[in-house]
Amino acid sequence: MKQDMNRSEDPYEVIVLDHGSGGLASSRLVREIFLSRLSNSYLEELEDSAVLPPAQGSIAFSTDSYVVDPIFFPGGDIGELAVNGTINDLAMKGAEPSALSLGLILEEGFSRRDLERIVDSIARASEEAGVPVVTGDTKVVPRGKADKIFINTAGIGIIPHGFTFSSSRIRPGDRILVSGYMGDHGATIMTQRQGLSLDGGFESDTRALHRLVGRLVKGLGQEIRAFRDPTRGGLATSLVEMAAKAGVTFEISEKAVPVREEVAQVCDILGLDPLYLANEGKMILVVADGAAEQALEILEAAPEADRPALIGTVAEKGVVSVVMETEVGGRRAVEMLTGEPLPRIC
Amino acid sequence: MSLPESGGLDAKRQRVDALLSAICRELDRVPERPVRIMEVCGTHTMSIFRHGLRHLLPQGIELISGPGCPVCVTSRGQIDTAIALSQLPGVTVATFGDMLRVPGSSGFSLAKARASGADVRIVYSPFDALQLAVKESWRKICFLGIGFETTAPVVAATIEMAARMGLENFFVFSCHKTMPNALRALFAAGGSRVEALLCPGHVSAIIGCSPYRFLPEEHGVACAIAGFEPDDILVGILSLLRQLASGRPKVDNCYPRAVNSQGNPRALASMDRVFRLADSDWRGLGLIPESGLSIRQGFEQFDAGRRFSLQVEEPDSVSPCRCDEIITGRSTPLECPLFSRACTPASPYGPCMVSSEGACAAWYRYGGQRI
Repeated sequence: MKQDMNRSEDPYEVIVLDHGSGGLASSRLVREIFLSRLSNSYLEELEDSAVLPPAQGSIAFSTDSYVVDPIFFPGGDIGELAVNGTINDLAMKGAEPSALSLGLILEEGFSRRDLERIVDSIARASEEAGVPVVTGDTKVVPRGKADKIFINTAGIGIIPHGFTFSSSRIRPGDRILVSGYMGDHGATIMTQRQGLSLDGGFESDTRALHRLVGRLVKGLGQEIRAFRDPTRGGLATSLVEMAAKAGVTFEISEKAVPVREEVAQVCDILGLDPLYLANEGKMILVVADGAAEQALEILEAAPEADRPALIGTVAEKGVVSVVMETEVGGRRAVEMLTGEPLPRIC
Repeated sequence: MSLPESGGLDAKRQRVDALLSAICRELDRVPERPVRIMEVCGTHTMSIFRHGLRHLLPQGIELISGPGCPVCVTSRGQIDTAIALSQLPGVTVATFGDMLRVPGSSGFSLAKARASGADVRIVYSPFDALQLAVKESWRKICFLGIGFETTAPVVAATIEMAARMGLENFFVFSCHKTMPNALRALFAAGGSRVEALLCPGHVSAIIGCSPYRFLPEEHGVACAIAGFEPDDILVGILSLLRQLASGRPKVDNCYPRAVNSQGNPRALASMDRVFRLADSDWRGLGLIPESGLSIRQGFEQFDAGRRFSLQVEEPDSVSPCRCDEIITGRSTPLECPLFSRACTPASPYGPCMVSSEGACAAWYRYGGQRI
């Protein structure tokens, strides 16, 4: 096959400082890599701000930066994560996400082919979610000043009038659910990072949850007290934060928390606790007692949920924020994550 | 407490319930209360807390965490030395992650050293450190040998491999400790409140059962070697109560699927080829004769202590931190004035709060009080 020698399509090309200069090279990069993939009428304006139409409801606004290492991992990559992560942050307030911004910081020497692959998956995730990238920015820093690629996304979404979802609405008697298996993303990244050649049988769960949230809100309205996506710090940290904010104690059952057998095994090997591993496509929801069964039914019918479960109940404030009944019937406190998860020593 | 049930009680839960009933019956036959049982091993401590066993055990049984967390018993002088190693030009310190945040005598830690530019890397095994030495032949890779008889044979095998490969840039700073003489020191002082010992399953898999015999024979202390699952631990506790009730303490191997009475001869031989017994400084217990492992002549070219001849003084022990009393079972974490106030996992003061297997970390993380 005859190779196309046009430099702009050379797959071995790397990112150079000039690509972030704001000059000709920047402009070509934007056209060739971003506009061709993320095309929409807002982005094509190529002006300083995207101008969105007015909407009914409160505006939810969120931002998150993505520095995951490795940038490609089983089940996804940093690009997909950056889209789904910010969409989920908006969804957890009951918002319907309407637009995203995309900021990239690239390390000089980063492979152009990898950048294209990442922007491809950003485009795919954005299209699947129906949430366009309406504004963006790219900077390049000298080699060694960043690690390959860092991504920031911000997003805005509209919360329908009359709805508020917040941990401060949680009351004793409410029920606690999760939408699926805990720890898949964290376990995937840890096994990749440690170079463990474990045939895990699991992969990152990165996934947008806004449509599932929409169905839940439609079905249950304000019977839902709060949503939360247990990302960094895992289920344990999120539960402690929610209970502390609400001034209650969560009582959860270890046996009811869904964890894949393979993830539990990896945790055993690495000395980690699946309750502290990050999730990127799961949510915690707290609902009024009477709404728990219906919430579970909606989750069970949802393609975004993977083995949803009722994991506990909300009680009056006790000695600690979260108490867990262990598999063998003991009781213990669940605390927030502190420090990086460390490997065990013996 | 009403909780959602996912299916009936499984076999594990039933076994645990049956063991707990047996423990309650046996406890009635023991004359002295409370029964004080020390779990020697940090892995036992974590398992007991993780599964909430303290909550399940009847009143009258007191569990005390012992000196079996390798990070916790590493002396401050040894930590100061490790930090000093990281400051040497061309030296990379390779260590298990638990050591990173342990503060030395001045409050400085390997984590802080790394943040200030030292090359400190976390490894999961000594072989990872060896591979680092092969890959980065221009750097001197210094592995911190922390751990008991469970870790030492692997480190010994790594040193032997380095010798076969003729590596000149791989070193081990051996802070390895051995269990039997530490237990001897703990009970020789006569101040121990403990009448029964849950012996470490991993260490026993290497050293066998006989090194514990002096405990029942000389001190009347009941001993049970136990595994780490909740039912393993309860089987061990039941054995200890039976021994105390009958007044015939012994060493009972309750973990035969991993431990035989001779231990692991191959691992012991490898350890013996590379290491010799040496006096060692234990945090909380002080200098104990023949309770540590030094690298033998013949392998001295891998001995970081000898190669870099660092002279770090063992610091004077003036600190409000009560880790030393906690390690020896004389205090509980709740009795330490720093616990959960000045000393938390996020900003640890002493090693028992740093190590994932430390008693203070377990009490803090899982709630030491009945909840």
